[in-house]
Amino acid sequence: MSEKKLICGNEAMAEAAIIAGLDAYFGYPITPQNEVTAYMSRRMPELDRVFVQCESELAAVNMVYGAVATGKRAMTSSSSPGISLMQEGISYLAGAELPAVIVNVMRGGPGLGNIAPSQADYFQATRGGGHGDYRTIVLAPSSVQELADFMSLAFDLADQYRITVMVLTDGILGQMMEPVILEKKKQRKLPPKNWALTGAKNRKQNIVRSLWLGDGVLEELNRKLQKKYDEIQKKEILCEEYEIENAEIIVVAYGIAARIAKGTVDKAKKEGIKVGLIRPITLWPFPAEQISRAAEKAKAFLTVELSCGQMVEDVRLAVAGKVHVEFYGRSGGGVPSDSEIMKEIKQLAAKR
Amino acid sequence: METVFTRTPTLKDCTTHYCPGCGHGIAHRLVAETIDELQIAPKTIGIAPVGCAVLAYDYLDVDMIEVAHGRAPAVATGIKRTNSDKIVFSYQGDGDLAAIGTAEIIHAAHRAEQLTVIFINNAIFGMTGGQMAPTTVLGQVTATSPQGRQAIGQGYPLQMSELLAILPGTVYVERCALSGVAQIKKAKKAIKHAFELQIGGANGLSLVELLSPCPTYWRMTPVEAMQWIEKEMTKVFPLGCLKNDQ
Ligand SMILES: Cc1ncc(C[n+]2csc(CCOP(=O)(O)OP(=O)(O)O)c2C)c(N)n1
Ligand code: SF4
Ligand SMILES: [Mg+2]
Repeated sequence: MSEKKLICGNEAMAEAAIIAGLDAYFGYPITPQNEVTAYMSRRMPELDRVFVQCESELAAVNMVYGAVATGKRAMTSSSSPGISLMQEGISYLAGAELPAVIVNVMRGGPGLGNIAPSQADYFQATRGGGHGDYRTIVLAPSSVQELADFMSLAFDLADQYRITVMVLTDGILGQMMEPVILEKKKQRKLPPKNWALTGAKNRKQNIVRSLWLGDGVLEELNRKLQKKYDEIQKKEILCEEYEIENAEIIVVAYGIAARIAKGTVDKAKKEGIKVGLIRPITLWPFPAEQISRAAEKAKAFLTVELSCGQMVEDVRLAVAGKVHVEFYGRSGGGVPSDSEIMKEIKQLAAKR
Repeated sequence: METVFTRTPTLKDCTTHYCPGCGHGIAHRLVAETIDELQIAPKTIGIAPVGCAVLAYDYLDVDMIEVAHGRAPAVATGIKRTNSDKIVFSYQGDGDLAAIGTAEIIHAAHRAEQLTVIFINNAIFGMTGGQMAPTTVLGQVTATSPQGRQAIGQGYPLQMSELLAILPGTVYVERCALSGVAQIKKAKKAIKHAFELQIGGANGLSLVELLSPCPTYWRMTPVEAMQWIEKEMTKVFPLGCLKNDQ
């Protein structure tokens, strides 16, 4: 059971979802996550579970909408352009309070962009590209093991809060092979799905809907949603704080950028620079408090992303002007290198 | 006294929001009767469209889901694939099925999904105020074809049932009309057959198109609307069974 397997991120994520009790996978091929669709097309029928290659991501997200409305665990995965097409469905999932899991293996944009790794969908994931007052939980793994581990967490969070959980990763983690342990995780205690469409047998009709026409009814629903989002913000923030005790410079990075930056932080410390790392694991809810606390002691922040600067806006909001927040990013397939990050850290250190 | 006509249990005891003379109410009644006669209410899951019938879940007493405009066949696929023991139907207008949701219905049919589709063709977008639909007939005046629909520039009326009938993935496609007692009786038979096929595990999609009056946006009396279906609509949308493979 708990033996290590050398496997790529996309396949590890797919198998982990299956272990977490995935009933149905709906997808449309797109690079760099094609391994997921291919893996699911083989494994799901083997297990007598559902796999459908859809006509579009629009269809995929709506098939998920249908399957999860009946109480099943269902997911889809895609990469940036496909996730853009899913935004309509994500908004409806939020309105109908359905639990869904969606994986975005990000690639370069805007437009067709390219197939290189990217983190440029941070705004879309955390702010919602769909319409209306809603949130989705966003999990950002930084290793193949975490990518796998977060699948059961994603399904549990989705079921617990009746919310869409997006696992936000990138082309590097999707393609990279690492030794991983794939095992069944202990499930959270989850509420019964008595709202699900299972046929109105010996009970009243169940209705799944996102339409609320009466005077003030939608506002009431939105208040209820906000209460749920507040609860998630209180209880579900995940964040790694690495060597921040005496740090004067705090690097903030998530996903693959954090993985790279962590190595740089280690090197810089050896050179005597007081530097630490904060790695948001949930991008929403965002670990603003942890960053705000660190801003009391640190002298400067450096946010590193595979984008032109998206998460840095949340970092600046959390730091609230207490200290300077620098940004370093590469975009359109560029990946910040260890030496590039080191240069930025040294420049900040020299200003102290 | 002998009871000769009653509400059928699956049709809820309430007034609908439909205009006088609207076909949606008749179509609901036929679907509800079918569900009751086949005794499938406890295992039926219905899908309401975006369109005038968006509140169908307030009128039909089975488990129901309301979905994004046009996406019903995809949602239905997600439901049926994960619940093969359930009877799944979508109820869709011509804007829903023949405009924004064309890809979803074609591909659900193409994949031979075991679904039943009730397709309400009223040659108009009712809900949004009477705009031109892909099914609007040539010369028909609507809010967005004030000069009457012109083939060049606005296209020909789209015959979805003919299109779907040629796909190997459909098992049954029939076009009926809600334009009078005789036609309504035929429509009922067709709807029942479509559900029976799914219950029997037929390997594909069954669809019944219903030519349905929208007196409000056709700017007619209910009686004129019924007559217009028979005189004008059936010229472009001929009635009858287009396919019955079983
Ligand atoms: C994405 C999206 N676009 C547009 C609309 C607006 N809209 C609502 S119903 C409708 C057309 C409905 O026409 P039809 O499907 O023929 O149903 P009817 O009202 O005629 O029964 C439109 C365009 C919408 N709700 N969602
Ligand atoms: S607008 Fe037309 S389709 Fe809509 S309820 Fe009125 S008559 Fe029926
Ligand atoms: Mg219509």
